[in-house]
Amino acid sequence: MVLTNLSKVMNNMTLHNTRYDDQIIRYFTIAAFFWGIFAMLMGVIIALQLAYPQLNLDLPWTTFGRIRPTHTTSIIFGFGGNVLFATSFFVIQRTCQVMLQAGTLARFVFLGYQLFLVLAVSGYPLGITQAKEYAEPEWYADLLLTVVWVCYFIIFALTLSKRQERHIYVSNWFYLAFIFVVAMLHIGNGLAIPISITSPNSVPVFGGVQSAMIQWWYGHNAVGFFLTAGFIGIMYYFVPKRAERPVYSYRLSILHFWALIFLYIWAGAHHLHYTSIPDWTQTLGMTMSIILWVPSWGGMINGIMTISGAWHKLRTDPVLSFMLIAIAFYGMSTFEGPVLAIKDVNRLAHYSEWIISHVHSGGLGWVAFISFGALYHMVPILWNKPDMYSKRLISLHLWLGTIGIVLYVTSMWVAGITQGLMWRDYNEVGFLKYSFIDIVSSIHPYYLIRAIGGISYLSGFIVMVYNVYMTIKSQPQESSETLKEKACATPA
Amino acid sequence: MTDQHDNPHRKLEKNLFLMLCFVVVATAIGGIVEIFPLFKKEVAIEVVEGVRPYTPLELAGFNIYKREGCYNCHSQQIRVIAEDVDRYGPPSLSAESQYDYPFAWGSKRTGPDLARVGERYTDDWHIEHLYNPRSVVQQSIMPSYPFLMTEHLNTSELQRNMEILKMLGVPYTDDDIAKYMIDIRVQLGLETDEALISDFLKRYPNAKIRKFNNRSSDVTDLDALIAHLQSLGNKADLKTNKGRLW
Repeated sequence: MVLTNLSKVMNNMTLHNTRYDDQIIRYFTIAAFFWGIFAMLMGVIIALQLAYPQLNLDLPWTTFGRIRPTHTTSIIFGFGGNVLFATSFFVIQRTCQVMLQAGTLARFVFLGYQLFLVLAVSGYPLGITQAKEYAEPEWYADLLLTVVWVCYFIIFALTLSKRQERHIYVSNWFYLAFIFVVAMLHIGNGLAIPISITSPNSVPVFGGVQSAMIQWWYGHNAVGFFLTAGFIGIMYYFVPKRAERPVYSYRLSILHFWALIFLYIWAGAHHLHYTSIPDWTQTLGMTMSIILWVPSWGGMINGIMTISGAWHKLRTDPVLSFMLIAIAFYGMSTFEGPVLAIKDVNRLAHYSEWIISHVHSGGLGWVAFISFGALYHMVPILWNKPDMYSKRLISLHLWLGTIGIVLYVTSMWVAGITQGLMWRDYNEVGFLKYSFIDIVSSIHPYYLIRAIGGISYLSGFIVMVYNVYMTIKSQPQESSETLKEKACATPA
Repeated sequence: MTDQHDNPHRKLEKNLFLMLCFVVVATAIGGIVEIFPLFKKEVAIEVVEGVRPYTPLELAGFNIYKREGCYNCHSQQIRVIAEDVDRYGPPSLSAESQYDYPFAWGSKRTGPDLARVGERYTDDWHIEHLYNPRSVVQQSIMPSYPFLMTEHLNTSELQRNMEILKMLGVPYTDDDIAKYMIDIRVQLGLETDEALISDFLKRYPNAKIRKFNNRSSDVTDLDALIAHLQSLGNKADLKTNKGRLW
């Protein structure tokens, strides 16, 4: 039964579209669902490990320290990366009115990227890591990613240069900046000398304070360009499409784009407040982070005002609700970010669970919700169906996801601020009031609530995967694509 | 569409190459300004006495620290603020982590900071704690690492590791690299020859010499990791700190 269904899905993968190359997008979409399930499951497991350390199982390859990077790599690069490939190839063809160029190379990019992910994630449990957060893959995986990324850039630039529209659409500005900057960051931060050609290990080229600055230049802009610019590209295409309204302000999108990409690069130093990096670097990082609030909110306003005038659609279209909540979380976490970048706030929040809360309001709320919105919009088009299998299940996903985020974010806020306040609390004779371990045990309940939030979020995603599977399996309808394409003109 | 002619941005939107050039310039400036000056030693690193590269055994321990992902939960960076200094000791200097490839400052304190954990606890405490953290700290949520106790230390890549570090600017001498294996045995107290010991201490001043994992006669992962932990934060003579020369 399952096998025949699966073969049906695979057959559907070869659906033919004469205008656009949608097969490659179907591949990336399926990959995104696979990595999403894996990554969120790993997230739930490591969340439970923090509540119940026995779950580390006393085995080398199941300890928190080794498997936490499998969660971060597979959610950022596995889920997020595959969504970016899928949506960027979807958007570029439709906004340029041209078939994707270098189709064979795109298939190499697909296979190469999945291989990179498998190589990276399989290394961590064995202790193979560069020990830099969000840049853990070792030299052999890094080299493969570099080749894949250059090919991605070539495909994207070639397709843009063959466009039938004179103007490059705003989504593609963001995709372009994302692809270029990620290449720059990945190569800059990944420079390393392998121990030998047969060894998985390497020594990074930079040490000490330089490696700290370069790592957070990388780390913060992995957020800024991978998880922001790329997904802003998604917002500028899919939100107008879904709301059937043009982008609110063209001028605002220009401001949003240039100010965002210029300012983000400076912000990395706010990860190093009060450390032994020179003070001027910290001050620069803080200042630019605060200014960054302006273009971020410009983008948020542009997104929300695009939906304005289509509010009534929210009552009947949960996909648009996903997008609206995503933009709201984008606004919230890009306000929280500059606040956390202020040195005096950072003094309290740094090293605490508040940062984990911040990351997940951005990750679960913004990145994943805008992805869900885009995927729900794309899947029926890609598989040539009239609509998703069940709108009620989309609503269920929306609720499970939202409740999950609220539990996650609020519990980690409380935990983080509790930690920060207890770490700095003095008694009446001037000694620190709490021992470290007292503080650890005081946040145990919040670790539990967080894990429940994560389970709720994962459950919602499983509902989505089921819904997508049933959609793909359902009988194809004739030319829904062409109908939809005709129905909505390209937003300008 | 009315502003087609008076809006200069329209030019960029029609020219992929021009747009890409602007993107490159806009995104390169921040990194250049913040990163490049740090490569000048006087700008980034304090002048202080006593900092030395890791001994081969401590370096092997650093590699285990990275391998196990300790940096996911422990920082090694005492900030210049009262609550950090009162809990963990004098603020970290960038000179103290200059031979860490990469830095291990961390970003999260699920567990406490380790920048000055060296010699704060006994070897026996570390052995018990790494074997089962809850045997010494009842409410600890740290994973147990029983496998480190018996795992034979792999030194096959250590020589090449030191050669690469030397190439990158860590002041190891050819002598240090040639003697890496005997240095491990000397530091573990397995060599009794006085000449070897004094030669080792001349090259690695203040290195601790003893069998760190006294529960095993073998040279284990735990020996290296505890040697590393015991060396953290007590090498620099903080009284000689002259600050940055810039």
